[in-house]
Formats: sequence, C-alpha cells, structure tokens
Amino acid sequence: MLEEIIVAGFGGQGVLSMGMTMAYAGMHEGKEVSWMPSYGPEMRGGTANCITIVSDHVISSPIVAEFDTAVLLNQPSMDKFATRIKPGGLLLYDESNVQHPYYNAAVECIGIPATALAIEMGNARLMNMIMLGALLKKRQLIRLSSIMIALKKVLPEKYHHTLLQNESALRVGMKIEGHAHLLHQD
Amino acid sequence: MKGNEALAEAAIRAGCDAYFGYPITPQSEVLEYLAREMPRYGRLVMQAESEVASINMLYGAAGAGFRVMTSSSSPGFSLMQEGISYMAGAELPCLLVNVNRAGPGLGTIQPGQGDYFQATKGGGHGDYRLLVLAPASVQEMADFVFLGFTLAEKYRNPVLILSDGAIGQMMEKVVFDQAPVPDIPKPWATVGKPAHRSRNYITSLHIQPEQMEQHNLRLLEKYKAMQEEVRFEEIATADADYLLVAYGLSGRIAHKAVDVARHRGLRVGLLRPITLYPFPERRLAQLARQVQGMLTIELNSGQMLEDVRLAVNGRVPVRHLGRLGGMLPTPDDIVHELENILEVQHA
Amino acid sequence: MLSDTLPLAATANAAAHEGYEAVYSRPATLLSTPMHYCPGCSHSLVHKLLMEVIAEMGIQEHTIGIAPVGCSVFAYEYMDIDMQEAAHGRACAVATAVKRLMPDRYVFTYQGDGDLAAIGIAETIHAVNRGENFLIVFINNAVYGMTSGQMAPTTLSGMKTTTSPCGRSEALTGSPLKIAEMMAQLPGTWYVTRQMVANANAVRRTKKALRHALEAQQLQKGTCLVEILANCPSNWKMTPVESMKFVEETMTQTFPLGDLKLEGRLCK
Repeated sequence: MLEEIIVAGFGGQGVLSMGMTMAYAGMHEGKEVSWMPSYGPEMRGGTANCITIVSDHVISSPIVAEFDTAVLLNQPSMDKFATRIKPGGLLLYDESNVQHPYYNAAVECIGIPATALAIEMGNARLMNMIMLGALLKKRQLIRLSSIMIALKKVLPEKYHHTLLQNESALRVGMKIEGHAHLLHQD
Repeated sequence: MKGNEALAEAAIRAGCDAYFGYPITPQSEVLEYLAREMPRYGRLVMQAESEVASINMLYGAAGAGFRVMTSSSSPGFSLMQEGISYMAGAELPCLLVNVNRAGPGLGTIQPGQGDYFQATKGGGHGDYRLLVLAPASVQEMADFVFLGFTLAEKYRNPVLILSDGAIGQMMEKVVFDQAPVPDIPKPWATVGKPAHRSRNYITSLHIQPEQMEQHNLRLLEKYKAMQEEVRFEEIATADADYLLVAYGLSGRIAHKAVDVARHRGLRVGLLRPITLYPFPERRLAQLARQVQGMLTIELNSGQMLEDVRLAVNGRVPVRHLGRLGGMLPTPDDIVHELENILEVQHA
Repeated sequence: MLSDTLPLAATANAAAHEGYEAVYSRPATLLSTPMHYCPGCSHSLVHKLLMEVIAEMGIQEHTIGIAPVGCSVFAYEYMDIDMQEAAHGRACAVATAVKRLMPDRYVFTYQGDGDLAAIGIAETIHAVNRGENFLIVFINNAVYGMTSGQMAPTTLSGMKTTTSPCGRSEALTGSPLKIAEMMAQLPGTWYVTRQMVANANAVRRTKKALRHALEAQQLQKGTCLVEILANCPSNWKMTPVESMKFVEETMTQTFPLGDLKLEGRLCK
C-alpha cells in the first residue's frame, strides 16, 4: 500500500492539521509516513498545502508531483492540483469553497458540502474533519480509532474538549457518500 | 515529529549543555523547542541578539569545555562565518546546523542547497574545513546530532549539519534509541587555572608566520585523518549503468526517480553522499569505471557537480539537473532528464 | 626571569638577597613574559593592577578572562589565568556564555574602544542589558592603537588621527561615544565608573574600582563596567609624560571621571 495525498486550501481551514492527523494515525498503525507542509507566509491567510504519504514500505521521496488522493478546499487549490491526480485517483472538494470543480473521467471526483455541514453542527472549523471522514470512507487507509488517537497529539491540549465534536464530524463525513454530489463525467 | 524538532530533541538526549541561537525561518522551531524543553534539564538556552553573538557565545561555551550547538538558516548562517572560522582556528568542538534556504541575499524561505560551497569549502576566511553531514530524513536529523557531537569532540573541530527547509519542516517517524554522547576529557578547556597546571588559553592567533604555518599543517593533518569518516548510501548501484548523485532532500527525490526509472527498464542507481566533507570521492571514482555517466540532482546551479567531476576525473560525463529559488524537481523531472540523456548517449 | 634581565627591578627574588627585603613585587598572577606594549602605555599598568587584585583576592583559580582584538590582543600572554581570545568586538558574547555556564567563576572582559564601542557595541549593550554578571574593563585611549592610530568612536572632537587627518568632524563621524554614561542608563549594570591611571592617586583609585567590581560578582547583581582613560603616546605622537598630562587635562573634559552607578543606582 502506498497512498500519496495532497490537502490544499486556505490557511486556517485546517489543511496542515488534517494531513498531520493522517500521518500520526498511519504511524500509530505501524505504517511508514511522511508529512511535508508548504510553509512560510502561505500559512498566514494565503494558500496552504501539505503532502501526506502513508505506505507499507520505506518512503523514498516526501515530495511527489502526482497524487492518489487530493482534498481541495478552495478554488486556487482546485486550479493547481486537480490536473495532478493519478488515473484512478480520488478528488474530494468542499462544495462551499470550490465554485468550479474540474471534471476528469479518470478520476473519481466528489463534492462534499463540508463547510455547510460543519456550520450545521455549530462549528465551521469542523469542516476539515468532515472532509477527512469522507476520505476515510472512500479509502480504507486508516482506522477511525487511530485518527482519534492522532487527534490527541495534533490538537493542542486546550482544544481537547473538542475531541468528541471532532469525532462526530468524522462520522458525519463517513456517512456522506449517500448524498454526495457525484461529478463522475467528462 | 518535524525535522527541526527531532534535531532539537536529539540535542537534549545527546547531552548538549548549551544552545545559543537567533530566530530565522525555516529553523526557528529548533530555538522554540529548546527554549521550552532545555531548561527542564538544567541546561542553558539563550536567544542572542544576532547570529554574530550566538556563534561567539558558542565559542565561549565550547572554550570552557561545554557541549554546544547553534542553528540558523542561510542568511543567518552567513553571519556566523567569522565565528566559525575562529572556532576552526582555535579547534573548538561544536555542532552547527544550517537549514538551507534558497538565496542569494534574503532569497526565499523555501528549501535550497545553494550553501554547498560555503559548507564544504570552509565558509569563512582562512584555510579550514568543517565536517559536513547532510541528513535526508527526519530520522537522520536526529541521528546526526549524536554523530555530529561525537565527531566534533573526536577531532576538536566544528561539525555542520547541512539540512534544508523541507527536511526541517517535514514530519516523519523518528526513533530515539541512542545513549548520550560520552564525555571525553577536555584538559584544554578554560575553567579556571588550578595551581598544578599552566594556564589554558583559547586562541586562533599565531602572529609568527612560522608558528602559523605549523598550526596550519597540524590542521591539515587533522583534515586528512577526518577523511576516514566518509559516509554515503547507495541505492541500486550493483548493476547500474547510469548513476544519480544527490544529497539531502534531492537524494530522497532521486531515490524515487530510481524506482520509477527501474520500473521503466533503465538500469539507474543512486549514490547519496551523507558526509559532504569528506566527500565520497574514492567510491565515485570506482563507480566511474562501471557507469556510462552521472547526473547530480541539486537545488542549486551546480555546486556538488564540481566535486563529482573532480572525483570522476573526466572518466565519464557528469551532468547536472538543478531547480533554483526554492523550487523542487519531481521524480518525473529526473526520469525525463535521464531518458533524454540515455537516448542521446545511445544515438 | 625578569629579575635576570632587569636586576634593578624589585621582584620576589629580591627576598633571597642577603640584607634586602621585598617591599614591592610582580604579582604571582602576572607572567614574567616581557610585554609588547609601547613604553609608557597604560595597558601594562592596568594589566598589573587587575592581576594584583586577582592575586590579593585569591581568585586566580576561579577567574577566566576574555581578551579582545586590539593592542591587548595578547593579554593572555601576560595574565597567568585561563583566558579566551575573542573575535573583534565579541568579548561580551564570549563572556556571557562562560559566566552563564560557570556562574561561580569570576569572569572579565578586557576591551579597547574600537573593540567595545565600535564593532562590538551590540554585543556590549545586550550583555549589559541582560545584566550579565561579569566585569568589563574598558580601556579608552580614543584611538585605534594596534592598527596605528585610526579614529575610534571615542576620539575627541577635533582630534587628529590617521583617518581624521584634519581632526574628527562631528558632522561626518559623530561625537565621542560616552560608554560609561550609556551603560549606566541600562538597568543591567550594578556598578559603573570611569577612572584613569595618569597619576599615583588615580592608579590607586582604579585598583580600588577593579577590586570593587570583581567583588561585586559574588553578589550576582549585574554587570560592572570600569572605563579607564588610557594614553597612547605612540599614536598621539607625544612623550609618555605629555600623554598622561593630555589624559588628565584634556580627555577628562569630554570623559569626566568618577562613579556613575553604585549598587545599581545612578550617581548624581
């Protein structure tokens, strides 16, 4: 198993923490992992992205040009990374923040109303967890229990009271498939 | 753990007594981590007023026999060069870390390997060398701290870990399983002169040319002895007829390129220098008898290229593939370049 | 040995001579290496005072000195204590680390005006502002001695040097930097004084100041700075006597003598 994932969006959307959570969870399951963030001024309100790789074998390059899975949380990220998904790959995007998704027959492309659902849950910041839940559903990469263990590491202690909320958001994301907006066309 | 954090944690575990530093992206995590963790162990961590002050604090602490470290990134590391030259001249052990970003000047905060020349050819004024270690993973960021302190104290010479922004910022698994670096006696340290010995003084000044030359020759002997510390990693070289040479982050990307190229039937191998000084020139000379050519992958316009060419001594063509300004080559870029080169060579 | 080459000098060996009693000798903390300083230079005198104080306090084993770049670059050749030779201007950074890591030791820097007040002013201000618990011996002779007489930050207005041949112009190069006054303003200093060694009384006062400053290190209260107005007969193109007179009569106009800060309080 080798899964090369890009998560991209605005700074503040939980882009880096989502990738980091997957990496920690993968590590917890004994897998090889790497997490490579974009860093610098991009972190302060601009676009941010990170590459997370989860593998059964030693990871050679932590930097790759094409991805198995992309989680794209704004339009600039869609514009930049949608064309860099391997055939047979998966593209998840947040419907509230991506107005013009790209269509690619070779890629499974699913819009998730993640921001809307997070607001419904009363906390817009849960959006990234809903996206992650959707990803876990589509790709049997990591167990939910491992994600919860990872979240304890990724979230600063002062946010640990939100762990249950995060778990609910993950579960919301995992149920989403039924009413996801499928863009499986040319 | 982030590469920078792994390095900082390793410093504590290796028995670093004091750290002096100044914030600069992309290495500030080292200072932040140590400022948080080090005082718990009763060790000294200080944010200095500049890199110039940091390196001179290092000089004072090393001169008093303490195990010391600093870290910076390219523009800040340039500011330290004067002090590093003094430490090399005064033969003070210390561990230096340069989390290389792209330049020249203020440049960008994205990763680069443009400081290769500065790292491997001395860096400051005068005739000296640093032992240079180039980590390619978070694990090596930690491991080379232990190795770095060991070598620094063995040779009484500054050791440099030349990392880059990406290795510093990325997270990977890291295992800390090494014991602290054993203390070796430092009878030369300035700790106060007891009645039974003559005074110790730390200096790089030898005003008489005859004495200065003797000192230079002694340093030269030391640098010769350091040659036995050469370290490198080989990937798929056994049957390779073409060789990639890349260190640090580029080495990781080149590793993936080897996998892809092999998949496409190209018999490509990789030599990843782990020590940049001493440089694995003997092994490269051997491989030059086996392969048709070599390609260096660097985040610069061709610096290690020169050392590879010197090692190969004209036996095979050595080419260079570089990305500049903080941009990174992808494994596919390397494979395309390989395919072009091999096509031309066969044609 | 000094006593062999200079039989008239009274040294410890004199005690061995029948019928003579040693009333004055080189302190045990000062090596007998002949000094390279010019005849009449204040450096040798201040070296001796400092080493006398260290001998009298019995702290030779516990003292680490930091030498500068400048005329006193070879201070470690004369002082029989553990020493470090710092890069130009960086003595206060070096001393910071030494003292922080060995707080029970006595640490001093010995710096000239180019070293401390020009290239090393940042390290000096920050060390003082942190209240680093060491002594700064600041030798102010208003000129770069070792490099043969160039202008220093403390060169008097209108004073001629090789790089201010028509006299120091304030418009071009500013006015003499008053280090003691500046450092006294910073909360990190415990004791700041300006002295000279131009006459016997001044020498005694300087020695007292050095002792006071070293003793203060036991209190762990902050930085002590002893600025000493010094002569430079070679570069001032004066005889030693003329140069001492110049210190006394002219330099003190710009750089008034006396304590500026005692026990952490400004003197007024």
